[in-house]
Formats: sequence, structure tokens, C-alpha cells
Amino acid sequence: MKGMTLIVKKTTQLIAGIVFLYGIYIIVHGHLTPGGGFAGGVIVAGSFILLILAYGSDFMHLTREETGSTITENLGILLALMIALAGMITGIKVFFFNWLPHGTVGELVSAGVIPLYNIFVGMEVAASILTIFLALLIFKEEVTKW
Amino acid sequence: MVVYLLCFILFLVGLYGVVTRRNLVKIVISLSIMEFSVFLFLALIGYVHDGVVPIVDPANPDARYVDPLPQAMVLTAIVIGLATTAMLMSVIIRIYRKYKTLDIREIKNLRG
Amino acid sequence: MNPLIPLFVAVPLAGAFLTMIFGKFVKNLNRYIGLIVLLFLAIISYYSIVTVSGTVSVYKVGGWEPINGIPIGIYMVMDSLTAILLCIINTIGLLAVFYSFTYISQYTSENYFYALFCLMVAGMNGVVLSGDLFNIYVFLEISAISSYALVAFGVEREQLEATFKYQVLGGLASLLILLGIGFIYWKAKTLNLADIKVALGSAPEKTHYLLVQMLLLSGFGLKAAIIPFHAWLPDAHSSAPSPISAMLSGVLIKAAGIYVILRLFFNMFIISEEVAILITTLGALSMAVGVFLAIGQWDIKRLLAYHSISQMGYVVMSVGVGMILVARNTKPEVASLAIAGGLFHLINHAAFKSLLFLNAGAIEYRIGTRNLQEMGGLSQFMPATSSTSFVASMAISGIPPFNGFFSKLIIIIAAIMAKFYLLALIAVIVSIITLASFMKFQRYAFYNKEVQKDEKSPKEVPFPMVASMVTLGILCLLLSLLVLPQVRDIVLKPAIDILMNSQMYISPILGM
Repeated sequence: MKGMTLIVKKTTQLIAGIVFLYGIYIIVHGHLTPGGGFAGGVIVAGSFILLILAYGSDFMHLTREETGSTITENLGILLALMIALAGMITGIKVFFFNWLPHGTVGELVSAGVIPLYNIFVGMEVAASILTIFLALLIFKEEVTKW
Repeated sequence: MVVYLLCFILFLVGLYGVVTRRNLVKIVISLSIMEFSVFLFLALIGYVHDGVVPIVDPANPDARYVDPLPQAMVLTAIVIGLATTAMLMSVIIRIYRKYKTLDIREIKNLRG
Repeated sequence: MNPLIPLFVAVPLAGAFLTMIFGKFVKNLNRYIGLIVLLFLAIISYYSIVTVSGTVSVYKVGGWEPINGIPIGIYMVMDSLTAILLCIINTIGLLAVFYSFTYISQYTSENYFYALFCLMVAGMNGVVLSGDLFNIYVFLEISAISSYALVAFGVEREQLEATFKYQVLGGLASLLILLGIGFIYWKAKTLNLADIKVALGSAPEKTHYLLVQMLLLSGFGLKAAIIPFHAWLPDAHSSAPSPISAMLSGVLIKAAGIYVILRLFFNMFIISEEVAILITTLGALSMAVGVFLAIGQWDIKRLLAYHSISQMGYVVMSVGVGMILVARNTKPEVASLAIAGGLFHLINHAAFKSLLFLNAGAIEYRIGTRNLQEMGGLSQFMPATSSTSFVASMAISGIPPFNGFFSKLIIIIAAIMAKFYLLALIAVIVSIITLASFMKFQRYAFYNKEVQKDEKSPKEVPFPMVASMVTLGILCLLLSLLVLPQVRDIVLKPAIDILMNSQMYISPILGM
């Protein structure tokens, strides 16, 4: 896939990092403000998609990227599941139990395991949306190639 | 009451599209329209008049909140809808590669 | 709280993700993960069905206790009906995975197959375990989306077309279900099945109640392929790889369709006579139309798929007869007999229909065609496939001593005792046509031609496929034992009690 013009490339260079950081902010503050893992993950994936669209990429790169993002996605959701299962061996021993100390309401480090879930869900959503995008892009490349 | 009716009309618009369109992509778009009419309906169920965002604010202990549960349901359903649409689109790309057409009238190997 | 309940969902999910992470690097790891996960699940489901025995155990996920008697968390509920369904899902799943060892190796990207298979099992286990409406929807979608992908696994023309049809109709079904859930939440302000029953009260608003019932019935009817909603089933079930056909036909339409209809209409709604009559009519219709559509088919898997519609018709019809009697509040023993017949046939159908699809897969594996006219004389070359498919054909047509005979007998006896003579007559006629249709299958596939044995003639399929088929064949015989009162009292009776008496389901959940 070819990249876009210089103007798009330069603008993307300026804003992609900010979009990425904004996504991280939304994920980390998921337990305090609206948003959280899903919304933040979509924004993070958006920054990657922006870069790929602006700069373009070749077929080999895309397949390698897809392998990486698939593994990240599965790792994220597996870690979230592990935290949920850890609830079964600590505290009152229930699946999805919030086993970390809760802290005070309104602080960044509070609400027990919920920020951890947000982070892993964000990782999973970002990687999975990137995977969907890359898979569709690879399909398209294959169609145009033949 | 009017908003609920509008929701229902949107649902019917989607249904009309699914039934009458011949292009695979348009069928998927119609399905998405139906989906979003249902999401809109769910979000409306949770609406409370003069309600605020359901985030507990220590400064304002007896505020009226809108019902957060339908919102959580809508979020989950959106994620599911995203997965379904992505799946459908990838199937359509594959179909296009095999049949070289998106017209549903020409894609009928299976019958009987 | 019983710690096994969440494991039914968590273990297959973990298996799926582990397969996706490590499957690329270690050869054949994917299939062993699949086998170990399903073996574990099968063992704990047998343990559950022995220990549950009439009790209802509730698992509050996250430890959220009810506030003022109002359930607020996600509840997972294990009762006898759930335990039966879990046994079916995980047994058939285990055998299908073992069968896939050789069958799926003809495709590429086995990793995806085993990961999606585990996800599908997780979804189905979740559907039968969850105690609230929205989780049923979510798990339903997990299993549905993975089954869409699995139907298209071969990415050939027919499979893609079938999966597109399946997805559009499946998506429509999910939307109807979601709309129904929205309407319920509007009035009841809760999603817990038991709590909805209490909140909607004994005298609910008539139009709203009927609307919700119709939405949910058409949604889950689409998933279960009851007759006016059956268009996707023959395509999807015949195009999928054979172990997946066995899972879809043997398990998915039961766990995602019939089970939820049973649970909602018996335990959540107050059964009204009109709805019960509607369900019975739909069941009788699927029974008759399905078998007439099946008899003209020459594609083995399409023939079997149409028979799935017809056999599910038996289950729905029989359960509907029970519903009518419960609604009229007469003859409780006949009602329980009818429901017993339905549940028994559900279990039996899982065994013999999966076996038939595995046989069809074995034939396709060796000959490369599904057309009955192009085969013949296979009984000399493939003795195991031929004999197990004979067992399954006899079971599905209702020949003693196989399991299908007893369940059909119970259904017919219940219909006669409930004075629905027409339904009993239809059931008998359909059974005879089924027999004719399977005689055709047997004759054209395994006998008919005298073929000389030479080195080019097909061999018996490899060991994993034979082992799965023989196990299911033995199960077809063993399940006849469920007709004995001693066995029936342990397995079927508690499930029927739960369905007949919804207070038994509600009070443990709400802690009354």
C-alpha cells in the first residue's frame, strides 16, 4: 500500500503521538472518568491506524505486524482472565473478586484491580482493532495483487 | 413517545434494507442501521428526566442519575456489533475474491 | 459457592488464548490444549451432574451480595437442567476435538480452528450457566461469532455463501433478542431471570408481555431453526467441516436455542395457553416440513441437516404439549412425561446426530464427495464407519433397542395421554418417513454396489476418527438406559421438577 502526500505525513507525525498519549490517559483514568479500557483502546489503535494509512506499508510488514498484534491481543485478554482467576484463590475466593486494597475514592491509584482490568482490556481492544484493520488491509492487498 | 417511534422507524428502515438490497455491503449497512436503532432504544430506556452522568460526586450527594445499566449494555452490544460487522466484511472480501461480484443474485450455489 | 461453576467458562477461554499465543511456536500444541481443556470440562461436568441432584447452586460473580434482597451482580446458576446440557456440550465437544486431530490436518491454520472451537464451547457453557438475560445474550454472541468463523473455515465458495446467510440471519436473531431484553428491562428494571419473574408479577400487562414473548421466541427460534426460521440451517450445517457440523447440529442449536426457550418460558414467563399452543404448532410444523424437505436430498450432510430441523421439532412439540398442560393446570404427571420425552430426545439427538455427521465426515475424508449417487459398497472397506452409521440411523429412526426409540415412544405416549391424537399421528408418520430416508442413506452409501476390492479402494479412516465414532455409537446404546426409572430419577427427574415448578428455581437465587 502506498503512503499519502507530504502534508498528511507531516500532520500525522505531529498528532499521532498526542493521540496515543490521549488514549493512554483515557485508559488509566478509566475508573475515575467516563471512558476506560474500550474507549481508550480504540483511540490507541486509532493512532497506529493513522500512521499506517499515512506512511503506507508493504505486504511483508503488514503480515508481521498482524502476528504481533494477534499475540498482544491474546496476551492482554489472558492477563485479564488471570487477574479474574486470581480472585478465586485470594480474599473471599470468588471469580472476578476485587482482591487488591480499594484505596480512597477519586485517587489515581485506587479501586483495587479495576485499573488493571482497564489496562489489559485497553491492550486487548487496541490490539484487536489493529488486527481487524490489518487483516482487512491484507485481504485488500491480496485482491489487488491477483 | 415520539423518540421511541422514531427508533422503531429506524429499525424498519434497516429491515427494509436487509430484505430488498441486492448488494452484500448494503445488506451489512442495513444490518448496522437496525443494530443502532436497537442501541438507541436501549439508551433511551435508561434516560431519566433531569438526570446527570452516573458518576458519584461527593459535592452533590442527592443528584438524580440516569440509569447506567442500559448504557453498559449498549457498550457491550456495540463491541459485539463491531465484531459481527468486521466478521461480515471479511467474509464479503473473501466472497468478492471467489465470485468477482457482490450481487446476491449471482451468488447462489446452495439451494434445495 | 461451588468453585467449579466459573471454571466452565474460564478454562476454555484460557485454552483459546493460550493456543493463539503459543500454538505458532510449538508443533501440535494446539490440539493437545484443546483435548486437555475439553477433557477437564467433560470430567467436571460429569462430577456436576452427579453432585447437583435437584439442588440449585448459585454463584455470585465478583462476590456482589444482594442489597435489600435485590440481586445486583452477575449470577451463574447451576441446576439439573444446566448440568444435563453441560454434559452434552462437553462430551460431544471432547469427541469432536479428538476427531479433528486427523480431520482438520487437511486444512491450514489449525491454530485458529482449536482456538475458535474452545471459544465456542466457552460461549455455550456460558449460555447454559448464566442466570441473567444479558449474559445469555453475550455468551450467545461469543458462541455465534466463533461458529460463523468455523462454518467458513474451508473458505470455499459454498462455505462463504453459507456463512454469509448464517451471519445475516444470526445477526437478525441477536437484534430481536436484544430488543426483547430492552423491553423487559423497561418494565422490570432488572435482568436477573428470577428477579424478572417476581418484578413482572403474577398479572403482567398483557400486550407488553406478549410482545416480549414473541420477540424472544422469534429470536431464539431463529437460533434453534424452528421451521419458519430454518433457512440458514441446511446451508450452514452442511458446509462446515464435519466436526463443526456435529457441534452445530448436535449441540449449538440446543444450547443456544432450545435450552434458552425452555428456561425462559418455564422459569421466567408465566406460561399462557396461546403461547404454548403456538410453540406446539411450530414444533409439529418443523417436524413434518423438515422431514419432507430431507427426503429428496442427495447430499448426505444436507439430508442430515434437514433431519436436525425435524428432530428438533419433536423436542419442541413435546415440550409444548407439556407447556399446554401446565398452562391449563391439569394432569401434571402427563405434563412431566411430555417434558421428560422432550429432554430425553434432546440428549439422544445430540448423540446420534453428531455421530451421523462424523460418519458423513469420514466418508467425505476418504471419498471426497458428499453426493449419495456417487458412492456405494462402502461397507466392505469401512466397517467401523458403516456399522456406527447403521447404529445411528436406527437410533434416529426409532428402532429398538436404540435410544431414539424410547424417547419417541415417550413423546407419542405423552401426546396420546394428553389427548392430542393428531400430534401423536404426525409423530408416528414422521418417524416412518425418517426411517425411509435413512434406509436410502444406508443403501446408497454402504451397500447397493458390488465393488471389487483392490489397492485403489478406500481404506478405513485413521484411529482418532474411528475412536470418536465408536464411542458415540456405544453412547447411542447406553443412553437407552435413561428410560429405566432408577437412572431417570437421578438425571431427568430433577430437571423436570425445576421446569415444572419455577419456585424451585427462584427461591434459591433470591434467597427466599
